[in-house]
Amino acid sequence: MFAYYLQLGLRSLRKNPVLTALMVMAIGFGVAASMTTYSVYRATSRDPIPQKSSVLYNTQVDAFGPENIENGEPADALTYIDVTAILRAHKAPRQAAVYPVSVSVIPDDAGRLPMREGAYANSSDMFAMFDMPFIQGHAWTRDDDEKHASVAVITKDLNDKLFNGGNSVGKQVNLDGRLFRIVGVMANWSPQPLFFDVPNTGGFDEGAAVYIPFTRAIDLQLPTNGNNNCVKEPEAGWDGYLHSECVWIALWTEMHSAAEVATYRNYLNGYAAEQQRAGRWNWAPNVKVRDVMEWLDAKKVVPKESTISLVVSLGFLVICLVNTVGLLLAKFMRRAPEIGVRRALGASRSDIYAQFLIEAGAVGIAGGVLGLVLTGLGTLGTTLVFPEDIARLATLDPVLILLTLLTAIVASVVAAFYPTWRAAQVQPAWQLKSN
Amino acid sequence: MNLQIKPILTALRRHKSGTILIALQIALTLAIVCNALFIVHQRVERVHRPTGLDETNLITVQNRYVGKPDTFIPLMKTDVATLRNIPGVESAYVTNAFPLRRGGWSTGIQTEPDKTKDSLPSALYFVDEQALATLGVKLLAGRNFNPSEVVTVGPQTTPAPAQVIITKAIADKLFPKGDALGKTLYYAKGKPSTVIGIVAKLTVPWIDFDHMDNVTLMPVRFDSGYQQFLVRTKPGQQDNVFKAIPKALYASNRMRVLPEKTGIRTFETIRAAAYEADRGMAILMTVVCAVLLTITAAGIVGLSSFWVGQRRKQIGVRRALGARRSDILGYFLTENFLIALGGVIVGTMLALGLSQWMLKYFEMPRVSFTYVAVGVLLLLVLGQLAVFAPALRASKVSPVEATRA
Repeated sequence: MFAYYLQLGLRSLRKNPVLTALMVMAIGFGVAASMTTYSVYRATSRDPIPQKSSVLYNTQVDAFGPENIENGEPADALTYIDVTAILRAHKAPRQAAVYPVSVSVIPDDAGRLPMREGAYANSSDMFAMFDMPFIQGHAWTRDDDEKHASVAVITKDLNDKLFNGGNSVGKQVNLDGRLFRIVGVMANWSPQPLFFDVPNTGGFDEGAAVYIPFTRAIDLQLPTNGNNNCVKEPEAGWDGYLHSECVWIALWTEMHSAAEVATYRNYLNGYAAEQQRAGRWNWAPNVKVRDVMEWLDAKKVVPKESTISLVVSLGFLVICLVNTVGLLLAKFMRRAPEIGVRRALGASRSDIYAQFLIEAGAVGIAGGVLGLVLTGLGTLGTTLVFPEDIARLATLDPVLILLTLLTAIVASVVAAFYPTWRAAQVQPAWQLKSN
Repeated sequence: MNLQIKPILTALRRHKSGTILIALQIALTLAIVCNALFIVHQRVERVHRPTGLDETNLITVQNRYVGKPDTFIPLMKTDVATLRNIPGVESAYVTNAFPLRRGGWSTGIQTEPDKTKDSLPSALYFVDEQALATLGVKLLAGRNFNPSEVVTVGPQTTPAPAQVIITKAIADKLFPKGDALGKTLYYAKGKPSTVIGIVAKLTVPWIDFDHMDNVTLMPVRFDSGYQQFLVRTKPGQQDNVFKAIPKALYASNRMRVLPEKTGIRTFETIRAAAYEADRGMAILMTVVCAVLLTITAAGIVGLSSFWVGQRRKQIGVRRALGARRSDILGYFLTENFLIALGGVIVGTMLALGLSQWMLKYFEMPRVSFTYVAVGVLLLLVLGQLAVFAPALRASKVSPVEATRA
């Protein structure tokens, strides 16, 4: 029966090519618009590290005071004083301080120009915490952190550029004239959103090529390459800066149970209360410990543009559906006499339902195919509409293809419900008489 | 024609579903189109916001020195001299930031030595005596800096030179009486700076800032390995200078990085990059509006044609009873107008609701009344245009149809 109804449906669609084309286009455009913007939205709202996002926590401790912050939200980063104190207390099993630095890599070959590379200064725990993928060697150790060792981890791209992809563990890399011993090479790694450095990158960035120990970077007086916010003017010099109320360092911890999180939070509150008692701060403890997704949400990492265009496109899809409902209604009701004849010849209401829903499904498939082509063009065209860092994340993958087709078919069948119901209500006697 | 409204309403009551569908589609379209057009308007306005600069023949250079000497000042001085010596260069200077750079330094200005509250935020641009000429910014009052006034400021230090030039926006806010020239300002506690000049307009480096026109020019050389150079070329020389800059800089000192994509850019590129997201949003919303209006129009054509087809017999009867062609045409046009009117009334409410929602969640300004009015007009006209062809076909129905079964 299905094949027969499909045949009937296709014949009927061929009979009014203009009306059919209109419906297919409405579905196609509506689906394509919403799928294209959804692909961007999906890219910006996704979980960057699904296997660990629920056990990694960002730490915020208000060092600015309620008058200098908005809506009670502490600054995005911490002061050097607080980071070192919290690291020293070691209340979480794994913890890592991290801040962006900028380095110039000087190739050994004197004929080559220096290269500027993004870099992070971080604690050794970060590699294991973020599951950073090593292809040669390994991370530096906590012992290296303690010793302020001149060691570095570089990415595959930089290893290719400097050592033609060979084994570089144990070799030296020259950063701004200082030598660092390479302990590991990792695959190019930049989860999107770049959750651990949202305040400085907005969440979408190519990632870094070099990682060096936090303690060593402080010794070398490497300033942050990201935001530095101060409520009070720091004393002169690097040491004055380290002891200032300027915030510029992120602190991440890995904790596996609610009890661990509670202990850590209690410790932070105790620490902040202590600062208050000591007279450093004159406000009550204000501490935030958020896991990855809570953190991304709080920092509003999904661009406003992405959400607005998704909402507008969904509205667009709804309008296309209303349009399709109208056109299907016109199409089906025009065939009232035919329905009357079929009903009189013994077709049940459910037969009519089946016939017309299948016809609508055929429109949906055609609309879906058109929508797929347009979505493909759309994802290619996202670079025209969204900044490159975000646009490159929007791709037409199997999931999106399936979703596009499914949306088109479901949408057109949903749109067909009312017109089909009306068609099934046709009174055979009435139709036969009036003809 | 005006007498026809009552029979039309009666007829519409018998086609409830079709009527509601068209009205609903018009309502939804209006809600989206006027908000989308409003977004386009805002974004286009932002993209064309003036910076106060003469943006033609202006080239920016982003430079990072390699290594860590005790001071970068001699390197910076050599580079500025190198740039000024390139044939075709009119003027050049070294700075930390400029409009649309989207990165820079801001601080609070005080009018008293040690008050700590209620400061006026201002972006800081570190400049020298050639900056005003390079930027193409006009002095409204006072004088330019002298080369001897340029001071060196070390890293992690708040700059507070003895002389500053401020924008008119700051002058007006701090000294509403218009006597800002010669007054003392404090950029750091206890360190006075005298206002020696006022410029008409110059914007901050960021594109979203509460005080877009609050800028202070400081005669400062900031001792850092990361610098921006601004170069004004003679007319027609921009391309040549653009190519000559990296060669000249590398020839004078190889230990530097001029990033591949962002090292040397014309100001046109800077502007395009700064407003990339806004331009994209404007394009997207324009496309959405165009497609949406097309689909709505097509929907009206489709449904009206169906109605005309369904009522051929009634039309024939009316014609046979003496109605003229223009009466039939008028009937369908009026019918569409009434449906569209219902649609735009609901649509206006939806549009305002959507705007309210976007205000709440995205802090977007509320859609202006003009845009709703334009949207309403647009959809009423669109409805009339879309229904015209089917209505014309209806008017051509011959009275003979009345006699056909």
